[in-house]
Amino acid sequence: MTALLEARRLTKVYGGGLFNKSKALVALDDLSLAIEDAPPTITAVVGESGSGKTTFKRLLLGLSEPTTGEVLYRGVDLRRLDRDQRRQFLRDVQAIFQDPDEVYNPFYKIDHVLQAPVANFGLASSKAQALALIEQALVSVGLRPEETLGRYPYQLSGGQRQRIMVARSLIMSPRLIIADEPVSMVDASLRATIIDTLRDLNRRLGISIIYISHDLTTAYQLSENIVVLYRGGVAEAGAIDRVVQQPEHPYTRLLIGAVPLPDPKRPWGHVENVVEETEKVRAERKGCLFANRCPHRMPMCDEARPPQFQTAPHHVTACYLYRESSATTSTTLQQNFVDRSNLAPS
Amino acid sequence: MNQSILQVRDLRVYYHTNDGAVKAANGVTFDLRIGERLGLVGESGSGKSTIAMALMRLIKPPGKIEGGQVLLDGVSLLDLPEEKMRQMRLKEIALVAQGAMNSLNPVMRVRPQIECALRDHDVKLSSIALSDRINELLDMVGLRRNVADLYPHELSGGMKQRVCIAIAICLRPKVIIADEPTSALDVVVQRQVMETLKTLGKALGASIILIGHDMGLMAQAVDRIGVMYAGDLVETGSVAEVFADPIHPYTKLLIASLPTLERKEAARGIPGLAPSLRNRPVRCPFQPRCPVAIDRCQTEEPILREARPMREVACHLYSSESSRVMEAS
Ligand SMILES: Nc1ncnc2c1ncn2[C@@H]1O[C@H](COP(=O)(O)OP(=O)(O)OP(=O)(O)O)[C@@H](O)[C@H]1O
Ligand SMILES: Nc1ncnc2c1ncn2[C@@H]1O[C@H](COP(=O)(O)OP(=O)(O)OP(=O)(O)O)[C@@H](O)[C@H]1O
Ligand SMILES: [Mg+2]
Ligand SMILES: [Mg+2]
Repeated sequence: MTALLEARRLTKVYGGGLFNKSKALVALDDLSLAIEDAPPTITAVVGESGSGKTTFKRLLLGLSEPTTGEVLYRGVDLRRLDRDQRRQFLRDVQAIFQDPDEVYNPFYKIDHVLQAPVANFGLASSKAQALALIEQALVSVGLRPEETLGRYPYQLSGGQRQRIMVARSLIMSPRLIIADEPVSMVDASLRATIIDTLRDLNRRLGISIIYISHDLTTAYQLSENIVVLYRGGVAEAGAIDRVVQQPEHPYTRLLIGAVPLPDPKRPWGHVENVVEETEKVRAERKGCLFANRCPHRMPMCDEARPPQFQTAPHHVTACYLYRESSATTSTTLQQNFVDRSNLAPS
Repeated sequence: MNQSILQVRDLRVYYHTNDGAVKAANGVTFDLRIGERLGLVGESGSGKSTIAMALMRLIKPPGKIEGGQVLLDGVSLLDLPEEKMRQMRLKEIALVAQGAMNSLNPVMRVRPQIECALRDHDVKLSSIALSDRINELLDMVGLRRNVADLYPHELSGGMKQRVCIAIAICLRPKVIIADEPTSALDVVVQRQVMETLKTLGKALGASIILIGHDMGLMAQAVDRIGVMYAGDLVETGSVAEVFADPIHPYTKLLIASLPTLERKEAARGIPGLAPSLRNRPVRCPFQPRCPVAIDRCQTEEPILREARPMREVACHLYSSESSRVMEAS
């Protein structure tokens, strides 16, 4: 079966050109992942700032061209979609942007970003129907239509603007929503509401979701599978329950250890004291990108990038600590993913 | 330790829009004690940034400070002439604004950006002393000294946020306000930046107001917490007590909605919508969403009062005459 959207060996290099790697910044390194049309899935892509999450999203949306590799929409390279296919792609695959301010024009009212898709795709046959569609979407993300419509972007708080982006993606009834940090500016209760909304869209409407975030906790609550990115490369991937309960890559362990517990009686443990690297130093590193922060650093870690080792049926880890396991034979990550039908109902 | 460095009384800030005033801070009252780290949490749009900007007197039209008092070490900030207030900023009270790391000047290296802040305040230093001062500031926020000669785009998010903190502390303020300083950072860097803020506060003897919505982060980073709802504080207390035993129904639901990595379950949001900040009816702003509201909540707005020693709450269930109702429920 052809996938709805597939990333094949996707690599993005900024600056320097492919053959001058010392100057170049590899924002995304050889990522392969496919999202099937059915059954609907929820996949988390987690990583720290600068790990390549937004780069991945932009490539998937065709907003930026891969340096090598390709993105296929129903089997066709995004660069070769014909008019009708492109139109269908723009409806099927929706994005929620990390920085809502990229999307808002300060001179237009909020209504504009919501009306544009309705008009462009002829989603409503009358003004009243268009308004109903917009209002319904706003309410489903916890906003009052009468207090949101008619306002300018600067009259809303950051979290309010972010929720409008979720509402906007709903209007198009897409097959896949790529959500880039959709909850980074909202509080816990609203976060739970937005996560619930996304889960509901997935279960009720069969929409697949790629949930991009640095927030491991919400990723865990929402998703079945996870890809942990570190500086553009896949550090670890697989079934999220397993990855969170038995993290393998030292970076994933660090990430899990740093999640602040909402309990003042259980303080953060030992603080890792890294001196952060500048972009230049990191571009020149040829071994494992995590080596300089890794408590288990070995000589081989500085020589070459570790391959992905298959440590369990639904778990791959790119770290030499697991070199006893064989390197993975799968060509795309989702071959290591669990299917929802294998999971206990939640 | 119990002395206040900052006293905020009945602070009111409205944004005047075409269809009425948005009451973003509606009579906010709190104290910040010397050396204390106070967390302000609350949902998006509840007025946290508005309070931060008002304390700095940086509210811009259509916003206006309508009333109230802000005493910083006894000086009434809202009564100062603008020029005096300008001198207070950075020197006495400093703000790391929400999204500050994205507003560093992209075409200027870090060094001149810090120098600018110093020069704005007529700090006259020889170039050697200036360079020493910048090195010292970078050390304090945990950055290598060579960062001074880099451009913002050469820095990671965590490094940029540290630069913003270095600028905020360059004149050793008594009060540092940090508005969502780590929301855009991943947990590892977030934690390092928070540790830096903590250490700095201690080293400078400064008090800190930390604004955020991440309850987990608050639990780890502050001494006392104030929970905002719809432009007002609804509960304050030591972070340990508020987490162990929240009093206000909103705080209770907020804490119950926190997801963890320990349990996989549908964390529940609080049903209903945040109230309008315009045309506020006279009632408890949380009443429409409150699972334990009583009749009185519909007709009278509760005020923040001491419920127990060192604990304040704005809820009718906890005012003296209805305390038995509360015990029964
Ligand atoms: N247009 C560009 N030109 C040059 N470098 C870029 C460009 N866009 C991104 N980068 C670099 O690529 C790397 C990955 O960036 P990306 O925005 O994908 O990270 P991210 O994981 O989304 O981070 P965040 O959590 O901060 O949003 C970063 O080092 C970034 O500086
Ligand atoms: N210039 C403005 N004009 C009209 N209303 C405004 C303006 N600025 C802010 N508001 C409103 O004031 C309220 C408080 O906004 P504020 O930015 O203080 O919230 P916040 O608690 O910091 O939210 P967030 O967590 O999203 O940053 C919001 O309802 C917002 O829509
Ligand atoms: Mg990003
Ligand atoms: Mg704010």
